[in-house]
Amino acid sequence: MAKISYRQALNDALHLEMARDPKVIMMGEDLTGGAGANGVKDAWGGPFGVTRGLLGAFGPERVRDTPISETAFVGAAAGAALTGMRPIAELMFVDFAGVCLDQIVNQIAKFRYMFGGHARTPLVIRATFGAGTRSAAQHTQAFYPVFTHFPGLKVVIPSNPYDAKGLLLQAIRDDDPVIFLENKMLYDMVGEVPDGAYTVPFGEARVVRDGSDVLLIAFGRMVQVAEEAARKLASEGVSACVIDPRTTSPLDEDTLLEFTEEIGRVVIIDEANPRCGMASDISALLADKCFHALKAPIKMVTAPHCPVPYAPNLEDAYVPNADAVIKAVKSII
Amino acid sequence: MFSQHLPRERLLEAYRAMQTIRVFEERIMIEMATGDIPGNTHLYAGQEASAVGVCMHLSDEDYISSTHRGHGHCIAKGVGIDGMMAEIFGKATGTCGGKGGSQHIADLRKGMLGANGIVAGGAPITCGAALTAKLSGNKHVAIAFAGDGAMNEGAMAESLNLAKIWMLPIVFVIEDNGFGEATANEFVSAGTFTGRAAGYGIPATEVDGTDVFKVYAAAGEAIERARNGGGPTLLHVHVPRYYGHYSGDPDSYRTPEEKKAMRLEQDCLTKFRAAVESESLQDALKTVDEEIEHAVNEAVSAARAAPFPPLSALTSDVYVKYQ
Repeated sequence: MAKISYRQALNDALHLEMARDPKVIMMGEDLTGGAGANGVKDAWGGPFGVTRGLLGAFGPERVRDTPISETAFVGAAAGAALTGMRPIAELMFVDFAGVCLDQIVNQIAKFRYMFGGHARTPLVIRATFGAGTRSAAQHTQAFYPVFTHFPGLKVVIPSNPYDAKGLLLQAIRDDDPVIFLENKMLYDMVGEVPDGAYTVPFGEARVVRDGSDVLLIAFGRMVQVAEEAARKLASEGVSACVIDPRTTSPLDEDTLLEFTEEIGRVVIIDEANPRCGMASDISALLADKCFHALKAPIKMVTAPHCPVPYAPNLEDAYVPNADAVIKAVKSII
Repeated sequence: MFSQHLPRERLLEAYRAMQTIRVFEERIMIEMATGDIPGNTHLYAGQEASAVGVCMHLSDEDYISSTHRGHGHCIAKGVGIDGMMAEIFGKATGTCGGKGGSQHIADLRKGMLGANGIVAGGAPITCGAALTAKLSGNKHVAIAFAGDGAMNEGAMAESLNLAKIWMLPIVFVIEDNGFGEATANEFVSAGTFTGRAAGYGIPATEVDGTDVFKVYAAAGEAIERARNGGGPTLLHVHVPRYYGHYSGDPDSYRTPEEKKAMRLEQDCLTKFRAAVESESLQDALKTVDEEIEHAVNEAVSAARAAPFPPLSALTSDVYVKYQ
């Protein structure tokens, strides 16, 4: 098993699945970089280097650089999926879903239901998300609660290289539309990843770290934050369990409920804004289903109710960090 | 007349499709008044020659997408009226099991990718279907039906551009019935639709949508171009809209004189009958009329008798597989 980056793990998954299934095609803005220009081909290998080498391996018919027209190419991916292909559309930043939300939530999410179960839309929309890049308010949002709200979509947030590869392979092979969200701050994260193809099923949480005093539930990059908090808490004699649900839709409610029953104290760490986010959603679930087991109020550590700021000190204050998690834990033990 | 270019069977096929749409839509208007159809419908009456003139060139393997005013496109593409009527009544036997309704009838086996409640929502999707056809190399085509209102949506502008740069086998059929809901097209649309298409390098032509033979000829040329790798075409088809925007629209923004003249002078079925007068089709048309009357009656009776979907259908068909 090799140690590779989150970026490389995604790239491996794309190479493997495009080689395996000729119906897999990709479209997005600067998937290669330099399309139509005279210089180096595949100059960027994607805006974040995730799609490097695919053009050379599979050609421009299957690896399609698009105009800056999210509605057109996300919609085209939907139409291609509806007619038998397995497209992967890439939104450079998930914030750009704002200009193609109709295709995602009114069309893609609803085909199967509106058409009485006769449609399949095996489509993956890959998008980057997350704050921390000093890119201000329109290139940094978390957005996953928005997609999670809509029946018909599956929403995946890998937190590490192993999951990134296995979840992406699952997403491409899945027969339902999948929103696959990659936190930009994780692209250089290195971890052990098997060479060949494997899938990580949706709706199965990962117990990142066992513990008995408090349960930390975190998604995406926040899993690292929870782990850091857990390590520091351990040195103070507090045993924290960390769980990464890996997908927000479907959500592994059983595991969350089981561990809440067992531990009784819960902190949820969510990079999204606090209103109608995953933290509030899971809080409601736990309060409803295992109120009797709770020994203290459920605590939410989230971004504040404001857009992502530009100034480094403000952005650092925006993103939940280990200190905030520790403070929340200490308030309930 | 153009009719002479079409053999008798095809003339009857065109008439049967147009007349089925007309009778179906007029019957919907009557059934709406009973209060037994949930929600609202947007009727295609008056526009029949457009859907039929285009779809006569298509097989089940070709794709179309439609609009909120989609019944005509469905019928022209071969979707069964029994399932459609039941769907509009919200019944379990409907094309979509009663879960889509008038604005979302789709029949993928017939290449019908769905009516659409979002104006211009079908255009990008149709580009995707055309991409499937292009990558498969099977010479199938995709037709994006849209209204004049859709021409002012960004989704349409993006789709026209994408279709051209990817040279997709697609035809944009813009059915201009003069109104986007209750607002006159000329009040909200700058320039011309053909001029806009020309800006993208897309061949475009205006078509008299009250004459099925003219639509058939223009669509034939566009579809042949698409099948042979020539890329997209836009047809700006002028059609009358016999009813208001939706079935409950009193349509007071058009004068009674306008509406009367429209039906007298722009009726595609009247024009068709006149065009085929010399073809000795009168008896055959009468037979078709009777068959359609019977078929629509049967569709309504069956739809009325059918059960609503079981409550278990409320949460089924959201995913292929969830957990």
